Amino acid sequence: MHRTEQEQAELLKEISGVDTKKCMKCGKCSASCPAYEEMDIRPHQFVSYVQNGDVKALLKSKSIWKCLSCFACVERCPRDVKPAKLIEAVRLMVIRERGGNYLTPDEVPELLDEELPQQLLASAFRKYSK
Amino acid sequence: MQVEKTQEFRPKIVAFCCNWCSYAGADLAGSSRLAYPADVKIIRVPCSCRVNPMFILRAFQRGADGVILCGCHPGDCHYTTGNYYARRRMTLLFSMLDYLGVENGRTRVEWVSAAEGVKFSTTMNEFVAKIHSLGENVRLGDLRCKKD
Amino acid sequence: MQRIGVFVCHCGTNIAATVDVARVVEAAAKEPGVVHAEDYQYMCSEAGQLKIREAIKEKNLTGIVVCSCSPRMHENTFRQAAERAGINPYMVEIANIREHCSWIHKDIEEATEKAVILARAAIAKVTLNAPLQSGTSRVVKRALVIGGGIAGIQTALDIADAGYEVDIVEKTPSIGGRMSQLDKTFPTLDCSACILTPKMVEAAAHDKITIYTYSEVEKVSGFVGDFQVDIRKKARSVDMSKCTGCGVCQEKCPSKKTPNEFNRGLNTRSAIYTPFAQAIPNVPVIDRENCIKFKTGKCGVCSKVCQAGAIDYEQKDEIVTQNYGAIVVATGFDTIKLDKFDEYSYSTSPDVITSLELERIMNAAGPTKGHLERMSDHKPPKSMVFIQCVGSRCADKRGKSYCSKICCMYTAKHAMLIRDKYPDVEVTVFYIDVRTPGKNFDEFYRRAVEEYGVNYIKGQVGKVAEKGGKLLVQGVDLIDNKRILMETDMVVLATAIEPNPDVRKIATMLTASIDTNNFLTESHAKLRPVESPTAGIFLSGVCQGPKDIPETVAQAGAAAVKVVGLLAKDHLVTNPCTAKSDELLCNGCSSCEKVCPYGAISYEEKEVNDHGIRETRRVAVVNSALCQGCGACTVACPSGAMDLQGFSNRQILAEVDAICR
Repeated sequence: MHRTEQEQAELLKEISGVDTKKCMKCGKCSASCPAYEEMDIRPHQFVSYVQNGDVKALLKSKSIWKCLSCFACVERCPRDVKPAKLIEAVRLMVIRERGGNYLTPDEVPELLDEELPQQLLASAFRKYSK
Repeated sequence: MQVEKTQEFRPKIVAFCCNWCSYAGADLAGSSRLAYPADVKIIRVPCSCRVNPMFILRAFQRGADGVILCGCHPGDCHYTTGNYYARRRMTLLFSMLDYLGVENGRTRVEWVSAAEGVKFSTTMNEFVAKIHSLGENVRLGDLRCKKD
Repeated sequence: MQRIGVFVCHCGTNIAATVDVARVVEAAAKEPGVVHAEDYQYMCSEAGQLKIREAIKEKNLTGIVVCSCSPRMHENTFRQAAERAGINPYMVEIANIREHCSWIHKDIEEATEKAVILARAAIAKVTLNAPLQSGTSRVVKRALVIGGGIAGIQTALDIADAGYEVDIVEKTPSIGGRMSQLDKTFPTLDCSACILTPKMVEAAAHDKITIYTYSEVEKVSGFVGDFQVDIRKKARSVDMSKCTGCGVCQEKCPSKKTPNEFNRGLNTRSAIYTPFAQAIPNVPVIDRENCIKFKTGKCGVCSKVCQAGAIDYEQKDEIVTQNYGAIVVATGFDTIKLDKFDEYSYSTSPDVITSLELERIMNAAGPTKGHLERMSDHKPPKSMVFIQCVGSRCADKRGKSYCSKICCMYTAKHAMLIRDKYPDVEVTVFYIDVRTPGKNFDEFYRRAVEEYGVNYIKGQVGKVAEKGGKLLVQGVDLIDNKRILMETDMVVLATAIEPNPDVRKIATMLTASIDTNNFLTESHAKLRPVESPTAGIFLSGVCQGPKDIPETVAQAGAAAVKVVGLLAKDHLVTNPCTAKSDELLCNGCSSCEKVCPYGAISYEEKEVNDHGIRETRRVAVVNSALCQGCGACTVACPSGAMDLQGFSNRQILAEVDAICR
């Protein structure tokens, strides 16, 4: 099924439950983000890109793979906008378009690097197994 | 168009509003243009404690589908204690009405201050939606005073 | 049978755009009792009122229904119009077809239908209206001001200058309020104390003003014109008539570890203390919780050193009861607690401070004697970061939904003063929006940027972390779309303000409305901004909403004028919508007396003639001067003897019937 960019934007809002109009453009999400420097499109921009129906750029963005799903932006947003959920929704849209899952429990190697934070594994499931 | 309208269920809803809080809250909802369905008709009373259970029984007798009573938040009554009396009276009345077949969803007490235009509007929207889901109040049919 | 006239207002297009006014007139004309119905563009205008007066005379109308805006708006206007035409003002009813109809519905059909029903209900009610006579009540020529900050002081001075007695009740040991804690004031950079203390002295010296400090309002009863108030004068443990204010007791007091509230806890004070040097009255109080004498029974140093013999450990709280015609609330504000904002490290780093704490640090009488220094190592900072909107404009539970209004300006002030006095200090301000509406306000902010070189960055700060004695600020520049990571020496948080936490208790005592943010509600947002909907209660300062000093002083004066207008009256016209008992139905059960909050109901042995049988019965009698017309008694009455005039059982039932028809 082919969707227009505007329809995709609406779908993103629906999947994430984010009301982009609530954003007051303070930038606290980006200011809180630990992966900010790795991102080409920044968390606060995700909100305004979706608001403006500019979804194509988001789907191509490498930011969706850089987001750690740490939810610092969700926690600290004064307007309760939840940018991480929006980023996750974009990621989901990309994954769904590709089809198939990318990470199953079987794929997790038995010996994991002990230095590896548990949160990374949890967020890997979030990212790749929807 | 007209035919469709008459077929559609248009509930009759009476809202008793305290002059000092929720009536002013309804005014604020109005001046802020916060819409709620036209089915709600407001009766102004000086205090929620002025609402005699008789008024509510009469409304249901005459075919009301829902009755809501709005007063000041506990502790904020203009007359100090009126809303406490109202709360107790309504608790008893609503349980009796439920027993008679007027479900609890058709009756409601809500505290809305003069500054809560938004709350007034959302409360009325919710209440009307609830009455829509319950449908017409037919359980008190034998108590109704029909003019025919 | 009543002869009713119905007048439907267009209110320009406010009503007429969504309600078919002609159809309302047509429908109303068919109602029983209606002998006249017409519509007009603006019913409240002189021409509209003339139409009402003429119709009353021409058609001998006995009852009036005006379908217009809320009765809270123009009920009085139309009552007066009716009275001028010779009918009782209480023969007027309003159908609210604007706020409750045209403004909230879009569909003309629906709105018109509803307007017709509302008109019908009002007609049904007015059919049962009876003429009512107002009584009169006295006006006590004395006002009470709760709160002794700049708002309370200004209100009191203005009332007193008009010739009326005023009492100020202040919770803390001195008047002065928040303004006494400030160093400089925007936008002219006057020294706060220099402009405040003369007013404090003037208030204290005024022969019409009585100041109760270290006191709280404990109980309020009565109503407009005649409130009875109990004021608790907390035991000061110092005899005010003997104390000379020499200050030796404070010097010698061995208990010096109590956080100093006046300096926002940045240093400590003695157990016997005055909050600040210019305190009025200049009489210390003993903080009994922290006094060694009160805790252990052993000490008494202050008593030994006091040459005036003013220390009195036996002093007890005293209750003063006084009557007032009007009460002004001027309870002010505090900054919110920051325990939910861990990302700014406020609770863990002493170098992260609030703006009010910075005021104390900058003040010559403050904990650092006016030297700008870090609280951790007392070294002067080389760079400072200001963060705006901390807890303001928050949609979540951590903060407040509103803009605190004063922060943009005081941050510009702080930045400017620091750059002026310490030009080597780098000052960076992180902002979301800079809001500077006000005379010479934006110019002031621009000076901070252009003349003083303050670096303003658009973007909120995400995190402040302590690192090796420095503070690491992680933010973002939204204009450059760049991450900002900077080391700084001090961080100042523009903390949201909230109404004084005690205000809810006071509002409850006064039965004054309060909103979900604990700001007191004004009677009309635009036209009655200094009056509470509760008659006789007036609002001054931040208790009504965030405002700066010029606005507070203006509002304080406005509140004073309203009080003076009330106190100047010889008597007040009372609300005639009071309860009334039918002697023949009353069985003297006392149910009504028990629920009456005003003690307006008493019992009399009365001879009644019940269908020819004469007998003496115990019956309820309502004192209409005390009755406020809530109607609690009418519902409590088991025999239906008690009814409320103007809102009688039959009238309300008629409205119910009309709506459900």
